[in-house]
Amino acid sequence: MRAAATEVPARARRGGEADSGVRLGRVIRWAIIAGMVVGVLLPFVPLLLWSVSFSWRFPSLFPVEFSLRAWRYLGTPASKLGEALLGSLVVALTVTIISVIIGIPAGRALGLYRFKGKTAMEFLILAPVIMPGIAVIMGIHVLFIRYGLSDTPLGVILVHLIPTTPYVVTVLAGVFANYDPDYEDQARVLGANSLRTFVRVTLPMIFPGVAVAGLFGFLISWNQYVLTLIIGGGRVITLPLLLFGFARSGDKAIAAALALVFLGPAILMIILTTRYLTGSSAIGAFGRL
Amino acid sequence: MEGQGRIWIMLAPVLVVIVCLYLGGLFLGLLQSLSYMPMIGQTVPNLQAYRAIFGHVEFWRSLALTLEVAFGATLISTLLAVVCALTLRGSFRGRRFVIFVFQLNLPIPHLVGGVAIIMLFTQSGLVARMARILGLIDTPSDFPALVFDPRGIGIMLEYVWKETVFIGVILLAVLHSIGTDYEELAASLGANPRQQFRYVLLPLMMPGILSASIIVFAFSFGAFEIPLLLGATYPVTLPVVAYRAYTDADLSSRSQAMAMSVVITAIITLLTYVYMRLSRTYLRSR
Repeated sequence: MRAAATEVPARARRGGEADSGVRLGRVIRWAIIAGMVVGVLLPFVPLLLWSVSFSWRFPSLFPVEFSLRAWRYLGTPASKLGEALLGSLVVALTVTIISVIIGIPAGRALGLYRFKGKTAMEFLILAPVIMPGIAVIMGIHVLFIRYGLSDTPLGVILVHLIPTTPYVVTVLAGVFANYDPDYEDQARVLGANSLRTFVRVTLPMIFPGVAVAGLFGFLISWNQYVLTLIIGGGRVITLPLLLFGFARSGDKAIAAALALVFLGPAILMIILTTRYLTGSSAIGAFGRL
Repeated sequence: MEGQGRIWIMLAPVLVVIVCLYLGGLFLGLLQSLSYMPMIGQTVPNLQAYRAIFGHVEFWRSLALTLEVAFGATLISTLLAVVCALTLRGSFRGRRFVIFVFQLNLPIPHLVGGVAIIMLFTQSGLVARMARILGLIDTPSDFPALVFDPRGIGIMLEYVWKETVFIGVILLAVLHSIGTDYEELAASLGANPRQQFRYVLLPLMMPGILSASIIVFAFSFGAFEIPLLLGATYPVTLPVVAYRAYTDADLSSRSQAMAMSVVITAIITLLTYVYMRLSRTYLRSR
């Protein structure tokens, strides 16, 4: 993207267009740009305003009275925010660590080597990305009930691996496709063992990719609602479950404040990946977010 | 070069997750949709659940609504995304900033988008208030019911907000890799801007458009939380019907829930297959 910004615009080089046509085109273009910016940003406006409003009745365009009531409520134990935050963090962090650990070797195999059955393997990994999880979750629930995994954080962590693993592997396969394993051979020739080679040579080289893959895994798990709802059975409380309750209950101020808390990791994601994101194949991973 | 055996060892943990959890779950779902539930003594598979759901008017109504919402959201966001990507590709002042804002909602959870849509588009929401200030409406009831509506407009609004950006960012990457050489060549051969788009740029963008839109379609057909949050009480989309049946106290509706989930999966598999075949024929024909 950065390279594209410095390109000479094709339009400027093209001759023969009438002046008024060019001007009209420019007006349309700025209208589209304004539409995009407003369209993307508009939904954040009521979230921010509602979270600090005390009374905001129709038809006033801005809250009449401001207050931190919603935020103070979230600070009390009655809101269950602490429990939900802990639940979300424990589940999402564990899921991230597991999917990255199992995703690195798989990503390496898919990104670096050619082998029999590779296409089938890629297809198998893509299947959970496109197919909805509903049949899978309802199907596996019986088994989880029988083995005491339902209604437990462990059960929730296990089912979260279904949507996160394919994405993490796909991102890491992309990383390994541009990776040169020769450096590892050099390290080995110089006497490093496998572990040392991985820690000192491989990991530093793939680290940015691993970080992006991990963030994707974290966000996908963080955003899960259905899987936690069905397998957690109401016993495992995470932020999206709490938010859903408030969104339907009608207290808009609390729902808005909670939505903003829930946004935290996403905002972190934006800050950390803006530099890598544009033009990267990793964008595909956002499909399910 | 590493041996085949080692490669499969590297893939093994991921394979365990996908085969045991994903395929295993799918298989168990299929079995239970055939009323195979040994825990309650039913060991002879039958098609009762399928017969029951296909006999319900509610099922067909929900199927129609789900298709409408998924097709509508996919079509609108794809068209908007093409316009956005083409605009963002040109050079203008503040382009970097606009691209940053444009992709801002990529990692935002659908649930947060849904909450925002409620605050914007209900009859006393922010948009209705703007309409009131512009003198378009008097009371909230004058504003059309766009959320919790029987036609799923609120659901579509949320999907369009999220997925336009998703497809748009993919197309922007595609356009970046295409470059401007082909267009310039066409221009030097006398093609006007419209012809350049129609005969040069659009065909080159087509693979990206097709694959991004099928992901969006499959997602919006099978997803569950946004219809549950923004949909009407009746009719609801197919995944919501399935979930309601699943949580029903009556055990026989559980196999119907499974049957519906299997039907949802089958429809998406079929449509994805047809879509991929069609797009492959289309791409090969040129």
